[in-house]
Amino acid sequence: MNASSNDLTVRDVTVAYGQTEVVRKLSIDIPQHQLTALVGPNGCGKSTLLKAIARVLPIQSGQVLLGSAPVHTMPTRQVASILGFLPQGPIAPEGLSVRELVAQGRFPHQSLMRQWSSADARAVDQAMAATNIADFADRPIDHLSGGERQRAWIAMVLAQDTPILLLDEPTTFLDLKVQVDIMRLLQRITHDASKTILIVMHELNIAAAFADHLIMMRAGRVRASGDVLSVFTERNLSAVFDLDARVLTSPENGRPVCIPSVA
Amino acid sequence: MQTMADAREHPGHWSTGIAGLICLCVLAVAFLWHISVGAKEIPFAVIVEALFTYNRDQFDHIVVHEIRLPRALMAVFVGAGLAVAGALMQGVTRNPLADPGLLGLMAGATFAVVVASLFSVPDFSMIPLIAAAGALIAAVFVWLVASAVRGGATPMSMVLAGAAMSAFLGALTTALLLIDQQSFEQLRVWMTGTLTVRPRGIALWSYGWLCVGLLIALAIARQVTTLAMGDETATGLGVNIRRLRIAVLSAVVLLTAASVSLVGPMGFVGLVTPHFVRLIVGFDYRWVIPGSALAGAVFLLLTDIVARTVLAPVEISTGLVTAFIGAPVLVWLVKTRL
Repeated sequence: MNASSNDLTVRDVTVAYGQTEVVRKLSIDIPQHQLTALVGPNGCGKSTLLKAIARVLPIQSGQVLLGSAPVHTMPTRQVASILGFLPQGPIAPEGLSVRELVAQGRFPHQSLMRQWSSADARAVDQAMAATNIADFADRPIDHLSGGERQRAWIAMVLAQDTPILLLDEPTTFLDLKVQVDIMRLLQRITHDASKTILIVMHELNIAAAFADHLIMMRAGRVRASGDVLSVFTERNLSAVFDLDARVLTSPENGRPVCIPSVA
Repeated sequence: MQTMADAREHPGHWSTGIAGLICLCVLAVAFLWHISVGAKEIPFAVIVEALFTYNRDQFDHIVVHEIRLPRALMAVFVGAGLAVAGALMQGVTRNPLADPGLLGLMAGATFAVVVASLFSVPDFSMIPLIAAAGALIAAVFVWLVASAVRGGATPMSMVLAGAAMSAFLGALTTALLLIDQQSFEQLRVWMTGTLTVRPRGIALWSYGWLCVGLLIALAIARQVTTLAMGDETATGLGVNIRRLRIAVLSAVVLLTAASVSLVGPMGFVGLVTPHFVRLIVGFDYRWVIPGSALAGAVFLLLTDIVARTVLAPVEISTGLVTAFIGAPVLVWLVKTRL
């Protein structure tokens, strides 16, 4: 596998539910080895785009490319060795333990002929260590708190050991502290393991504080894309979200922070 | 299947391995017990003799070979097949009430076999395939009806659609049999689920298809776990969902059709067994599938022992016993799992 096959690009992609086009002729490059946050108002098509990239949804036209290979026609198991995907609000079968869940991430590396190996066990242990869930490896998923459960799911896609990860709203419905923990974790994974991570999320300030790259979508199109400082501006917030807000610089880390006007 | 590496890396799985061994021992004991029980009790030692050093001058050996062994084998294969069919259906549809009987597949297969008997299909090899066609058509109809309901194919809508389908096909089957009294006499007992000897051709083909269905189930067991985590997660992990669904449907239809061809509609084995197995081995289908096969075989052996002994010398239908055990479990599942 050469390095270029890990380049993720979206070319003129249109996705529709029935007659309604949710994503329209959209093109973006996902920068390698960076944490990219995809934001936009509700219904802008950001989750739809992520699912289309992950080949969970079919596309009407255009192409999602890994290097020069189109994701939607590649053998799905081969895609799964390059691209990991965590859906929004994933379901765990009742009673499955954390370790068993994380072990499912090894699926694309196994076959009838090649069963569980020590490499699989190592990947599972590493993923659990990186997400700090090794202590409750043998507990059932349904007994964990929301944040712990989300870390277990992230460990599952980490165990898949892919250069690219797509996460659909991994922080939604979690406490602020837990959101920050998850984003720190993703930031660490991006830079320590040099992964390319694309996440869909809602919380603008959290995105601005942790992402390297920001993509703003509205009505099925990309409205702004670039590094956080250049994209997270009062003008873009107004144009994309209809949000009247001031953007300040955080004294913590020099990242932008938006404060909605209340007048 | 468990490999040495797996056992090393997953110390927890040793317990599963031991449980598997215990299960095999339980199966062996249940098998011998099943053969020994009857009008004349045959000691275990004589059964083992009859199995390994057959002597055709000994009356007991002949009884074991000609009557009791075929019936015990039938219980083992049908029990395993129905339990695995139920486990596959419950895993893939994420529906704790999925079962070949409750979702109408058995009624479809039964109806098809009755129609085939009325038109006296001469070729026994065709019977399991005709049953499979019936099961498949019933399954597709139940799924279509359940999906058309507001709210989609939920566990409840599927069970209701299955009940409607079973009632409808049951009525048709009865009507057909009333027209033809002779077939009615032949099939009346079969239709309540009994482990009596079937024509040799039907039996051989049914066993063959049961083996095919069980092998498919074992081959796809690992993928069933991922599908139980939702279509999106499974796709992300590289599972070809469409192909897997077709494999699951083929296995379920083959197992149901072959079982019905052998013993008639035997309800609740597929519903009860996988729940029991998951209590022991957890949710990984690499264990649930072989575990269900073993547990289903034991379950049907034991219920058949009850059916043969509880009102001795009269024998009652095994299907009545499985229903007697299964119905309360169904109520419990509805109360706790829906």
